[in-house]
Amino acid sequence: MTKAITPHELDAVPEVTRLATGERGGVSGARSEADYSPDPKELRDDQVDGPELTARLAKTWGTQKGLIGALSTVDHKVIGRRYIITALFFLFLGGLSAVAMRLQLARPESSLIGPDLYNQLFTMHGTTMMFLFGVPIGEAFAVYLVPLMVGTRNIAFPRLNAFSYYVYLFGGLMIWLAFMLNIGPDVGWFAYVPLSGPEFSPGKRADIWAQMITFTEVAGISVAISVIVTVFKLRAPGMTLDRIPLFVWAELINSFVIIFAMPAVVTASALLLMDRLVGTHIFNPAEGGDALLYQHLFWFFGHPEVYIIFLPATGWVSAIVVTFARRQAFGYIALVLSLIATGFLSFGLWVHHMFTTGLPQLGASFFTASSMLIAIPNGIQIFCWIATLWDGRPVFRTPLLFVIGFFFIFVAGGLSGIMLASVPLDAQVHDTFFVVAHFHYVLIGGNVFPLIGAIYYWFPKFTGRMMNERLGKWHFGLAFIGFNVAFFPMHITGLMGMPRRVYTYLPEMGWGNLNMISTIGAAVFFGSFLLFLYNIVTSARRGPLAGPNPWNAGTLEWASASPPMPQNFDRIPIVTNREPLWAHRDSLPVAAGLSVENREQIVSTVTAGRADLRESTPEPSIWPFLSAVAITILFVGSMFTPWALVWGTPPLALALIGWFWPKAGTEDER
Amino acid sequence: MKRAFSILLLSLPLAGCQGWQSALDAQGPSAQALAEMFWIFVAVLGIVWVLTMTALLLALRRRRPADADPLSTDPGTERRMTITVSVAVALTLVTVIALTGLSYAAQKVLFSHKDGALTLLVTGQQWWWKITYENEQPNLVFTTANEIHIPVGKPVLIKLESADVIHSFWVPNLTGKMDAIPGRQNQLQIQADRPGIYRAQCAEFCGLQHAHMGMLVVAEPKEDFERWRNHQVSSAIPPNDPERQRGMEVFLSKPCIMCHQVRGTDAGGKVAPDLTHVGSRRYIGAGTLETTRGNIAAWIIDPHGIKPGVNMPTIQLEPDEVQPLASYLEGLK
Amino acid sequence: MRTLLILPLLAFTLAACEREDREYRSNPVTAESQEKIALVPLSAGPGGPTEQRSGLGKEYEENAFHISQGQRFYVWFNCNGCHANGGGDSGPALMDDRWIYGGQIENIVQTIREGRPNGMPSFRGKIPDDQIWQIAAYIRSMGRNVPKPAAPGRKDDMSPGPAEQRRPPGEVIDGGQVPPSAQMPQ
Repeated sequence: MTKAITPHELDAVPEVTRLATGERGGVSGARSEADYSPDPKELRDDQVDGPELTARLAKTWGTQKGLIGALSTVDHKVIGRRYIITALFFLFLGGLSAVAMRLQLARPESSLIGPDLYNQLFTMHGTTMMFLFGVPIGEAFAVYLVPLMVGTRNIAFPRLNAFSYYVYLFGGLMIWLAFMLNIGPDVGWFAYVPLSGPEFSPGKRADIWAQMITFTEVAGISVAISVIVTVFKLRAPGMTLDRIPLFVWAELINSFVIIFAMPAVVTASALLLMDRLVGTHIFNPAEGGDALLYQHLFWFFGHPEVYIIFLPATGWVSAIVVTFARRQAFGYIALVLSLIATGFLSFGLWVHHMFTTGLPQLGASFFTASSMLIAIPNGIQIFCWIATLWDGRPVFRTPLLFVIGFFFIFVAGGLSGIMLASVPLDAQVHDTFFVVAHFHYVLIGGNVFPLIGAIYYWFPKFTGRMMNERLGKWHFGLAFIGFNVAFFPMHITGLMGMPRRVYTYLPEMGWGNLNMISTIGAAVFFGSFLLFLYNIVTSARRGPLAGPNPWNAGTLEWASASPPMPQNFDRIPIVTNREPLWAHRDSLPVAAGLSVENREQIVSTVTAGRADLRESTPEPSIWPFLSAVAITILFVGSMFTPWALVWGTPPLALALIGWFWPKAGTEDER
Repeated sequence: MKRAFSILLLSLPLAGCQGWQSALDAQGPSAQALAEMFWIFVAVLGIVWVLTMTALLLALRRRRPADADPLSTDPGTERRMTITVSVAVALTLVTVIALTGLSYAAQKVLFSHKDGALTLLVTGQQWWWKITYENEQPNLVFTTANEIHIPVGKPVLIKLESADVIHSFWVPNLTGKMDAIPGRQNQLQIQADRPGIYRAQCAEFCGLQHAHMGMLVVAEPKEDFERWRNHQVSSAIPPNDPERQRGMEVFLSKPCIMCHQVRGTDAGGKVAPDLTHVGSRRYIGAGTLETTRGNIAAWIIDPHGIKPGVNMPTIQLEPDEVQPLASYLEGLK
Repeated sequence: MRTLLILPLLAFTLAACEREDREYRSNPVTAESQEKIALVPLSAGPGGPTEQRSGLGKEYEENAFHISQGQRFYVWFNCNGCHANGGGDSGPALMDDRWIYGGQIENIVQTIREGRPNGMPSFRGKIPDDQIWQIAAYIRSMGRNVPKPAAPGRKDDMSPGPAEQRRPPGEVIDGGQVPPSAQMPQ
């Protein structure tokens, strides 16, 4: 598939890449950093070739065996795989809690689940789906795929990345363990004060929720930073801004949205914790605080959150549409610009979650306009995808089916969102099952359907085996029918006056039949996921071998082996086109000259993607794991006593000192 | 599948129009305007959805030859698609602007307050509604719970407050909802065009019994309303049959009086619903049970079986005290 | 070794379960709880007075929900009319370590139920038994004689002092004894 670049081919690629091949001289304007004298003792990848090169690189970049090795790994693929599996595990738990709620709501005045447990269930469902599944799944795919797609060997800041996974895992385990111990939060995933405040939420339940936010924030922002730097600085030579794959663009914008949105909710949850634990009066109106302040802080994060969940999905859709339409994306620039516009606009709509709180009407109508405006960038994306399919030659495999399902469901959800953007209409349907229907159409349509498509699509890359196509089509059919049967009737129950978050309802309200239909649909939908699980497990063991590029796709991740070797690529590819594998069907130009014995990567310039310098990336280390343990102790302890901030800091400081202890030797930068 | 879907779609307008707590069964000018606007939105957005999906289905036809280079594009096709997409985006923009304008116009009408014929202070509590009819004459001010009476055809101003956590006041048949937030007072106007009984329910999650925090709004002709109001202002009439007299004794000697008020007796608690005319209300337990003697007895004996977590305690009653107590309360018309 | 690790974890787990339970439905048939407790630690002979406790007290004073309900009823039933927010007014202070009729939760329940001379009315038949226990549990939390994770945080109104859970852990002197800190200078 790959072959070393020959001198005459070099003319076609940016000149600095020649330096990376180890050839010196004759190039004006070369960067001095890259100008080095080859160390005769160090083996470079232009000195060996073939299986020997692969084996040596695999040894250099590999993960060590044993528990310590597994916990020390900094390989983005290992971390990414764990991230994906963990997020899917939480999706499963969230789904289970949803099924329990649907069973309770199937009949009026059902006594299956009492109000106390029901409140915990819907809180866990929302919290899990938003914080433990929705945000991490997009980041998980970024961790696994972005370095592959931009043609580098590891993510930037790989230890930070490993650290973020452990923090996320511990946070998620903490809240679910708490739920099993009957300390599950019962105040809703939004935890409005004063209900979540000290007076009306006794015990530790709301603290668990607020502290879980802190965990996911630390994890989320860490990954976002790694992804941004990877995209900006570690792209393969020649990958100019307009050759970045759309998926990578989506993850890049997503990471920026995460970095700007998450601090708001950390502020909200930290202030809530202070009110609850230290006795501050930030949200207490009697002492000059304000309960609405909390809602502003929360939704300033909460609305971008929706786009944090949706943006990675646009990346999945773009990748799948392009591959299965067998045509390059129509309107690449428009798609990228609308992604950026969505990212910006998502910060200007938060008040539409607060239309019924009695805000000034002029302010509210401004947010009507801005909320409706976001239909434009989303519309552009939808139309561009349809245009790509129009001019393409669609191949109807399972990933594309799920993307078609995405169009049907997401567009419907987006349109009902336009109703919610209108202040007067929102006054009727706000906090009813209509809203529940709307955002499940948007989030399941906009995230879960593309996600399943993405799993079917990248599964061969992750495992080296294909998933079962027949089961996949059954899965799609069941999921599509089950979803619509479950959620479409909720529009009607909402309009008939059924509020959200009720654990039961009176028989005379006449909502019984529709709720029964919803429950049946939910059962079918859940069943489709069991089929999916079965498909994953059996395919991972016995599926047909996939080969590097089973779908004949165009982006760089398909140039690596399936599953990718620890080094991703034996030699770093040189990018001359947005779809490198379509442009160079038989051989991919590559750059050579990186060390085989050190973890060296090419650092490139931000816009032009010219190879700039070689830099070694961190070796595996146990310290990120230990730091995550230390920070978990600090966070959990501070739910019980503010003194945890004092005695929790030294262990964390020790772990961080160990992490950043300067080491001589192989990691020395040249 | 498709058929099932279309049946569902057809059943939407039919199902949505019924119900005593339905947003689409409009009984007041405001809800009427909202329902009309809702259907306009549904029609416009439905057309958008159908057009987009048609385009998608048409796009799924295979137009390229099997061996075409995925990177090749035909300039003609490219230009036509650019124009089509631009037109589609422009149309989306026009639609969105039109709908924003429509929304804004409705908003202006909806929130322009006329002078109310009547002003009510509604206080949300965990998990019931306290209602105070305000009046310039202090002797006409009275407090009741969980049932509002309003004269037909007159705008009524509702001031919303909360005693504990955030609640939301929502009578779907009459108008949209408004939150009751601690430390603030929000205002809302309702008006019923036809006599009837409309149900309201708390729409903001407020704890264990959020599901059972209902209220009735009874719209009646002005004379009936006046009669009702004059009766509500008065104190409870002492019972004259022996069973109810016994019930009153039980009531006054039990923990009931710590929380409940019955004007005209020693019971003066203010933290639970006022029971002075509880027998005249249609429901007890904040819209949970119909007011019958049996239901009152059931509620007193085991409130947590009906509304788990409610602040009404289980009290110690002798078996022969339940019946008189229930009939006393039922008799508080 | 492993059991050593598991046992505290299990204990913690069970403690958490009980602390967070929301036991709102009291048994409708049981009569009021019977506790045999001494007002003073004096008795004939050595060994102290014989006491009999039902164990209900622990259930109430270690449960966050019960304490928080007690906090609510404390205001609803106008305890603050005489005892203010625990600092005392026409009634004695409740947040200090001075207890005229005993400071164990059983003593407090008895005091509320029976009433005491010089102004404390009897609430027998006025407040249901489980609510008396809840109020008593809350009163115990005023002097921080309850586990910290169960003690209430600040209330949503004007606060005269730190919230119960922020107060230093208290030590209750048994009934009748006046601790040195509260004695009049002789």
